[in-house]
Amino acid sequence: MAANTPNQNTNMAIIGKPLDRVDGHLKVTGIATFVAEFNQPNMAYAFPVRSTIAKGSITGFDLILAEKSGGVISILTHENAPRLQPFDPLEIKKTGGFLAENLIPLQDNKVHYFGQFIAVVLAETFEEARHAATLVKVSYAKEKADADLNEALLKSSVREGAQLNKGQASAIIETSNLKIEQTYTTPAQNHHPMEPHAAIAIWDGADKLTLYDSTQVIVGMRNITAYFFKLKPEDVRILCPYLGGGFGGKSPAAHNILAAMAGKKINRPVKLVITRQMMQTNVGRRSPTIQKVALACDLQGKLTVIRHQNSSYSNLTDFSEPVGIQTQVLYNAPVREITHQIAKLDMNAPTYMRAPGHAVGSFALESAIDEMAYELRMDPVQFRILNHASTDPVKKINFSSNHLLECFQIGVEKFGWASRKIQPRQTRNGQWLVGYGMATSVHHGVRRPATVRIQLSNDGMATVMTASQELGTGTYTILTQTAADALGIAVGKIKVLVGDSDLPPAPFAAGSSTTASVNPAVLAAGELLRCELMRIAIADPKSKLNGRNTKDISFADSKLYLSSDISISDSYKDIMRRNNRETMQASATATPGGAASGATVAPCGPSMDQDQNYDTHKYSFHSFGAHFVEVWVDEDLGTIRVKRVTTVQDIGRVMNEKTARSQVIGGVIFGIGAALMEETVFDNRWASPVTRTLADYHVPVNLDVPPIDVHFIGKPDPHISSIGSKGVGEVGIVGVSAAIANAVFNATGKRLRNLPFTPDKLFV
Amino acid sequence: MRPFKYSTTNDINVAVKMLQVKGHAKLLGGGTNILDLMKEDVEHPEELIDITGLSYTQIKSISSGPNAEGISIGALCKNTDTANDPIIRQNFPLVAQAILAGASAQIRNMATNGGNLNQRTRCSYFYDIAMPCNKREPGAGCAAIEGINKMHAIFGWSKDCVAVHPSDLCVALVALDAIVKVMGAGGKERLIQFSDYHRLPGTDPQKDNNLQQEEIITEIQLPKNNFASKSYYLKVRDRSSYAFALVSVAAAIEMAGNQIKQVRIAMGGVSHKPWRAYEAEQFLINKTPDEANFNLAAELEMRNAKPLKHNKFKVELGIRTMVRALTQAMNGGKHT
Ligand SMILES: Cc1cc2nc3c(=O)[nH]c(=O)nc-3n(C[C@H](O)[C@H](O)[C@H](O)COP(=O)(O)OP(=O)(O)OC[C@H]3O[C@@H](n4cnc5c(N)ncnc54)[C@H](O)[C@@H]3O)c2cc1C
Repeated sequence: MAANTPNQNTNMAIIGKPLDRVDGHLKVTGIATFVAEFNQPNMAYAFPVRSTIAKGSITGFDLILAEKSGGVISILTHENAPRLQPFDPLEIKKTGGFLAENLIPLQDNKVHYFGQFIAVVLAETFEEARHAATLVKVSYAKEKADADLNEALLKSSVREGAQLNKGQASAIIETSNLKIEQTYTTPAQNHHPMEPHAAIAIWDGADKLTLYDSTQVIVGMRNITAYFFKLKPEDVRILCPYLGGGFGGKSPAAHNILAAMAGKKINRPVKLVITRQMMQTNVGRRSPTIQKVALACDLQGKLTVIRHQNSSYSNLTDFSEPVGIQTQVLYNAPVREITHQIAKLDMNAPTYMRAPGHAVGSFALESAIDEMAYELRMDPVQFRILNHASTDPVKKINFSSNHLLECFQIGVEKFGWASRKIQPRQTRNGQWLVGYGMATSVHHGVRRPATVRIQLSNDGMATVMTASQELGTGTYTILTQTAADALGIAVGKIKVLVGDSDLPPAPFAAGSSTTASVNPAVLAAGELLRCELMRIAIADPKSKLNGRNTKDISFADSKLYLSSDISISDSYKDIMRRNNRETMQASATATPGGAASGATVAPCGPSMDQDQNYDTHKYSFHSFGAHFVEVWVDEDLGTIRVKRVTTVQDIGRVMNEKTARSQVIGGVIFGIGAALMEETVFDNRWASPVTRTLADYHVPVNLDVPPIDVHFIGKPDPHISSIGSKGVGEVGIVGVSAAIANAVFNATGKRLRNLPFTPDKLFV
Repeated sequence: MRPFKYSTTNDINVAVKMLQVKGHAKLLGGGTNILDLMKEDVEHPEELIDITGLSYTQIKSISSGPNAEGISIGALCKNTDTANDPIIRQNFPLVAQAILAGASAQIRNMATNGGNLNQRTRCSYFYDIAMPCNKREPGAGCAAIEGINKMHAIFGWSKDCVAVHPSDLCVALVALDAIVKVMGAGGKERLIQFSDYHRLPGTDPQKDNNLQQEEIITEIQLPKNNFASKSYYLKVRDRSSYAFALVSVAAAIEMAGNQIKQVRIAMGGVSHKPWRAYEAEQFLINKTPDEANFNLAAELEMRNAKPLKHNKFKVELGIRTMVRALTQAMNGGKHT
């Protein structure tokens, strides 16, 4: 029995355990219900029609054949679709929601990119809708579209993104003798979670809407949907109990609005599930990047300057890839210049994709660091240690925690780095050249306000409620663990409800922020409940704890008891039943950098200091890590195999060994994909992707994935929250492609600077 | 996918008749290719005739006729069953290796041998009905020739089409001089040499092969050979598995003393048909099987390659893949 005192921070007995996923059984048996599976009576199916030009306007539709096609109920185009509240960035911001792409479908005849939704066919079955969609004939006035990033960067429409010390590095670079200056490129990539984006819209009259929606943004989606359809937010309900992966690609987007528009138009429930082909053109992507990195050193190997100049595209959004983000926090250098140029391309909006900025920016930075170390003939780990930034070099504040040096040390040992030769081409195994490479990973730590309500029933069950999200990462499990500790209740007696906008508000599930944001509110709500139970027990003449002092009381096993004598106890059930409380509820909001709010119950309540945490003026918050990889390169055939990976991650407190490990493994696999194969290839003449399905857009198969040895530092971050957990969802991908590139150099002496490293790249 | 009629028969003559009468009918094997193409609206048969109930599912020795001592592989035998067949594995390991280098286990479990021969190109412009494609719509133009053509042909293409045939199995079959047996109208059977089965695109790229509309593949015959101990299928692709070939090479050697008596070399991923490397073969006859000779042979063959903008690497890759495949074949197909 783990002893807990109510008005102290909760002991963490279940938190940190490698608990199996509480929803694992439901998922592997197919019982877990995903958005597209909530079929409704009288439901119609929607299938979008996409533009086949990238820029211009629609001059007409010929719907005669399509309308006559079997099962067709209606066809929506800009000519007959419901008019929504016009897009107004300021007003939308006020709602607290956002759109991944600032384009409301079917409101006018303008075409902004290839594949844009320009009509939607509604029919009795999916097959009928899909077929009729092919019969819709569209005529266009076509304009020339820009699809080439290099060309678009020469145009006057290029805008500047975040700039740090622009122009300040050139003088010192020019006069340095020990330097490298290189250009690295990364291609467009698409998220491709397993579950395609889906929505089912159910209207109840003209002013109440329920939307099953595969979204990462439960509350924000409700708010913007309410805005566009001129509804009260409380009259819109977004439901998404499970998400089949998002990776940033499931932000509020056109297809869910289309489903709601269609449902409104025909006054029936409507299901819209997009195809894999549409996932290439309609739900965001990672922009290609062109990155120039210049580094110079003094004779001792200390960096004197870091310059990272980045280019990417954007369109129909304020977002652009924050490519230089990791370059702000890694390595000391007296001069640091980071610039961003953003070109406009006539393509759908780029958006967040797992570790925005970091994933691609680290490829260039961490490759360049390796190149610089090689110039010095210095071991790249040594070089990184020598230039390690122990405080945030740009913000000039302390890191909340930073165990990167320990990551290096453990990684070097576990991987067997010592046997690596600095000189390339030293190890051969039959047809294979063998090389070792490594890179640093980093991802910023984010926390946002979250509210959690917990209900305790007198049958001993607790329900944890919050409009957070299960992306497939383990949220159900981790919230269960935290609630178990917060209440002293067994894991099996806790039910977690997320993915419903009617639940207390929680931040969108992105930026590796859910664990850090939501769990402190679980602790606070749990504490409120315990205090209330204690208050009732102390006041209850029938309780063994009657008249006792709160500070002498502990809790565990669904009981309160006297710390000094465990036999003097009272169970939650008994307390509630004797006092005619069928249920009890408490809710708490954990606001980073402020206090936990909630009805404070004297004499104890959530310790207010627990959320004085996450003060971003005082501390710089990041997860850190280091990847070590061994690659085998068949130089003749251009094939690269990653043979093993050792990765050490500093993510603060590890909430659950198993789910955390899975996140890191998933991140590393994502990184292997980015390094070796992932690429959305465009034909610039049409500004359309030619990698239209998963047969052409390659992600790793089992044979591409070697054993991945994951280690955690496991030290709680003292400043992010009372729990001390930083993010783990994204940091695992960061640096992987550089580690692989560095290993390929070590194996072959060839520097690959253009992702992905398909066999043809070794032939250039 | 357009509405279509589904019918089934286990009588080959009925199936042939149906194809003959209904010009817009197509056969359904495992469906792993045709159904995809129908969903993409590339193919739109009015009727699908499911022939998986026909009896051509066996693999058996041929006892008489011109191919006596060879083997007959049923057109409706699944790719997986073909690759796992003990006779195939022992006497025609090249065929088993080629099959297993293709697609995924799930797809191979569904796919039939006949369907594999008649699968269509994976050219992404062919698949995307928003793009012009002469193969899909004769006269529409070829988007690939000036487009993204990394995966496309370096041999035998025409200005109308630069697509490649995607099959791995067919590369092994053309190397081994297989014969395609088909059933035609009125119960008339004919034999087609494998190298004559698929076509180069010329001016009518809509035709992948020389099969008539009403003909059905019933068998693939493999003549007896002495290559089993020295053959190898090598496929180079953009990931370790489950990707179409950038270049693949089927190599088979028969030695006489320390000289090459017979050699077969075929390439995949380079042409509208599985490409027999005749020049390389001729060069190697009566030569010693060393790396220098393999290189000369490969260079001789690849001299005729006409790469496109994005597939220049295939020429050098083709040479190296051929040399490696021949070397591995000499090693008894074992990895070095
Ligand atoms: C994602 C993916 C990856 C793949 N990767 C590879 C790969 O790497 N290498 C490779 O070789 N293949 C690959 N394939 C292709 C696969 O091998 C073929 O789809 C399969 O062999 C086709 O067989 P099927 O029986 O399913 O054909 P179906 O789809 O049923 O038919 C294909 C065509 O053949 C015709 N047909 C079928 N049977 C006969 C017959 N007996 N006589 C005449 N015509 C007939 C049909 O009418 C149709 O036109 C891949 C497929 C997919 C979907």
